Amino acid sequence: MPASPIFNPTDLIRFLPEIILTAMGTLIMVLDPLLNRRESKVYGTLSLATLLAAILAAIYAYSDAGPAFGGMLIVDGFATFFRVLVLGVGILTILPSFSFLKRQQAETSEFHALLLFSIAGQSIMAAANDLIIIFIGLEISSIASYILAGYLRDDKRANEAALKYFLLGSFATGFFLYGVALIYGETGSINLSVVHAVVTGPDAPLPVMVGLAAALMFVGLAFKVSASPFQIWAPDVYQGAPTPVSAFLSAGPKAAAFAIFLRIFMTAFAPIGHAWAPLVWASALLSMTIGNFAALLQTNVKRMLAYSSIAHAGYVMVALASRSEVGIAAAMFYLAAYACMNVGAFAVVSHLSGKGERYQSIEDFAGLAQKQPFVAAMLSIFLLSLIGVPLTGGFFGKFYIFKAALESHLVWLTVLGLLNSAVAAYYYLRLLVMMYFRDPGEAASSAEPLTPAFSAALILPAIGTLVLGIFPGWVLDFAGRSASLVK
Amino acid sequence: MPESYAEQYFPVLVQALLAMALAAGLLTVSYLLGKRVRNRVKDMPYESGMVPTGDARHRFSVKFYLVAMLFILFDIEAIFLYPWAVVYRELKMFGFIEMLVFVVPILAGFFYIWKKGALDWSPDSTLNRKR
Repeated sequence: MPASPIFNPTDLIRFLPEIILTAMGTLIMVLDPLLNRRESKVYGTLSLATLLAAILAAIYAYSDAGPAFGGMLIVDGFATFFRVLVLGVGILTILPSFSFLKRQQAETSEFHALLLFSIAGQSIMAAANDLIIIFIGLEISSIASYILAGYLRDDKRANEAALKYFLLGSFATGFFLYGVALIYGETGSINLSVVHAVVTGPDAPLPVMVGLAAALMFVGLAFKVSASPFQIWAPDVYQGAPTPVSAFLSAGPKAAAFAIFLRIFMTAFAPIGHAWAPLVWASALLSMTIGNFAALLQTNVKRMLAYSSIAHAGYVMVALASRSEVGIAAAMFYLAAYACMNVGAFAVVSHLSGKGERYQSIEDFAGLAQKQPFVAAMLSIFLLSLIGVPLTGGFFGKFYIFKAALESHLVWLTVLGLLNSAVAAYYYLRLLVMMYFRDPGEAASSAEPLTPAFSAALILPAIGTLVLGIFPGWVLDFAGRSASLVK
Repeated sequence: MPESYAEQYFPVLVQALLAMALAAGLLTVSYLLGKRVRNRVKDMPYESGMVPTGDARHRFSVKFYLVAMLFILFDIEAIFLYPWAVVYRELKMFGFIEMLVFVVPILAGFFYIWKKGALDWSPDSTLNRKR
């Protein structure tokens, strides 16, 4: 037995963000019955402080990077990037939730506790280098997300969303676990570095078996990132869930799931890349096409953003299909840009939707620019970035992804992807036209005045989107340096 | 000693086939040889000789499910404590702290459900009053 591994301070420091999140999440959960106060001011502020502390801890842990707990976790640039990303998404989820929860009269500590637990799971996923730890992180993140999706429990749609998400999500996790079991049976290890060594080594297992494991894990992970053909749950869940939760689901769990997707497929399954590349290729094309064309037909904004998020998952799949370090870096950059713009767009929807989330249709955005020009301007930034207009993060995200795809000779995928982006411009622009060139309707007129927290919830992602669009080098350099995953 | 992957599993295949054949055979034999009586009394569900009354599909109070779920959670905690208690002396301080890490969050959860009134059994409990 190793000598008292719990006292190993290096391990604990590398695991500090998750420790902070779990401890504070538990504390916030227990505080509710202790204080007997139902105000998100207390719990939300505490959660924000927790997330900031966790970000600092994640950055501090990176100053002494390396594996922890016998290689089960690994703190590298890649892990730190995704840790900070999911923690940042958490902050951007809580900021608009203050006014939202108050409006829906649903201020509880559970909302914040569950959010912190879910983020803890995603943070574990970001740093995990071991299939079982990845699985545990995935479950921590997912189970809390299922509950969050049904958070407004008197709302039928939220209930439907939670049940669908739970049933389909558990099913997908099962697929992932079957893949893990196969890998363990074939290689005798669940550590990704060891699995990679065995698969490339002289005693490599049958490629068919490794391929089968890769296919099973592909099903589970494609579900979690809502990539076709496993995207069917996404529109119903994003539409039914409370809007701040939809924002969270479309960014946090998705980024973390892509983190493990990249890590598993670019380390353990990298040697059989030629076998899974067609799968990813097809999934990327299907996701982009289904997402964009279905989004054209939507009248509900949340549903439209859900289909758009399927399409964006498709763009990231293009980066994975390029199977190169340039592709990994492009995917990282894209996910950061996507998180900023998508969470921001959802925040505006949550602001406008009103009590009981009545106003969700595209017509309800009519005349927003006249009534609340600041909100309309911020949403414009997010929408332009989602389209991929230059000077926004979305532009460079797409640019780097398709550049990586071209370098890997995926000419057709690039052409079809670019055509898809052109289609996508239509439904984002429709919303812009609605905001700026129509007379204000009931929704825009009855929108509440801005609170400081909500303004921050718009300004922060807008700054993020613009910084990524004007100084993309800052993030891309880091992503490029962190993109070599095989240790 | 059989070496190849498939050969190792041959006995399992034989056993599976035998088991299926036995089950199918017994059912067929009893179908062919057995006498069949069909009347109302014979078709009634077997309730240890009692005459069944009412419908089996009652509505249960949701409290039962809540308590059942909570029971499973804390039951599992108790099961983890047993092996720990056996090797407690060998693990020394390490085992103690590891167990604290496990037990304290569960105690926090226990405190939470208690204060929330999930363990209150009577109809006018806190849980119902909050509704």
